[in-house]
Amino acid sequence: MADITLRVNGTTRTGSPEARKTLADFLRDDLNLTGTHVGCEHGVCGACTVILDGRAVRSCLMLAVQAAGREVTTIEGLAPDGEHGGHEGLGTLQQAMWDSHSFQCGFCTPGFVMQATAFLGDHPDADEQQIREALSGNICRCTGYQSIIDGVLLAAQRNRTLRNREPLSEERP
Amino acid sequence: MLAGGQSLIPLLALRLARPAVLIDINGIDELSGVSAIDGRVVIGAMTREYVAEESGTVADTVPLLAAALPLIGHEAIRSRGTIGGSLAHADPAAELPAVARALDAEFVVRGLSGERVIPAAEWFEGYLTTSRRPDELLVEVRFPAAEDDTGVSFHEVARRHGDFAIVGLATSLVLSGGVISDARLALTGVSDVPVRAAAAEELLAGERPSTELFDEAARRATADLDPPGDLHGSPGYRKTVAAAVVRRGLRAAADNAAKGSN
Repeated sequence: MADITLRVNGTTRTGSPEARKTLADFLRDDLNLTGTHVGCEHGVCGACTVILDGRAVRSCLMLAVQAAGREVTTIEGLAPDGEHGGHEGLGTLQQAMWDSHSFQCGFCTPGFVMQATAFLGDHPDADEQQIREALSGNICRCTGYQSIIDGVLLAAQRNRTLRNREPLSEERP
Repeated sequence: MLAGGQSLIPLLALRLARPAVLIDINGIDELSGVSAIDGRVVIGAMTREYVAEESGTVADTVPLLAAALPLIGHEAIRSRGTIGGSLAHADPAAELPAVARALDAEFVVRGLSGERVIPAAEWFEGYLTTSRRPDELLVEVRFPAAEDDTGVSFHEVARRHGDFAIVGLATSLVLSGGVISDARLALTGVSDVPVRAAAAEELLAGERPSTELFDEAARRATADLDPPGDLHGSPGYRKTVAAAVVRRGLRAAADNAAKGSN
């Protein structure tokens, strides 16, 4: 056992995981953040993807103790629940994926959303081919991927519209 | 020894590796970094793959390495995976071992008996096996800087972007006045170690690039291969794919050299 302190979704959290425990199991079992899903448990399916200090990582391929002092974002950190438990709090990507019917059973969803969040953060103007490659490490057994790609493309498009709208009104004479 | 953990943690999860003690070297800052020294690029063993991928020094000085890095695993794997970890793991299907073999990289290991430098030709001993002794740690890898007029390519055939390739090829050509003055080819996925195509390299040196030349190089590069078969491809299929990859890789590297774009 080792005492660790880390930031999770903007909040300081502490824990005493066994040295052998993965970050995925620590998030789920110790912090009760069960939105991070554990699929293959050996780094192939991508369901457990979280964001560590700004980069997508597989939380099943990291030990919890290695996250000490780091900043972790899980699916729970992307958008807080709405007041009435609805989807008022969805972010742009989540809403776009909702609108595109990007999910069926939902098991792979947190991993896709986290990977896409990290990717769009670095590549806001990504095209379809780039998005396909970025998401190629995440496995979905239901959708056939097309609706997931559509959702991420729609989010990129909406972000562009938002970006273009804001600065132009101030910069133009 | 735990570096990026992208190969070791799966082995632990599957109980294929059951070490009594696991030493995490992630906290050792001096094992990370990219620097250009005396015509070489020195990369610390703990340097994450994404850091090397984003490095201007790597892009400018070791273009073959820069070409291979984006092909490793997936983005989330490169966030954690390390240069030294991949080379010490020595999977013959992986990209970096072929790059190191093609460029004659040097491996610096340190142990209780001091430091020694191991050439790539002696580093890879077999499947997941290197000449590093159990009491030694890989601390850095040195890649020679590419000459002017170098053209490179990393070509691979995989079922899905990011998967281990069925066959891959690291190619580096130097074109001097339209003539190939140096040719380096290393194949992945055709043996238990990355394989230099020495017979093809000899053929290419001193010749001008042409389709006929590259066809003959592909024949020579694959003539003595005896690749393994598995559910991704039979030995015969791998051999056929290897020949195609050699032709394409040489054409791409020659075109890049002629354009002066690496």
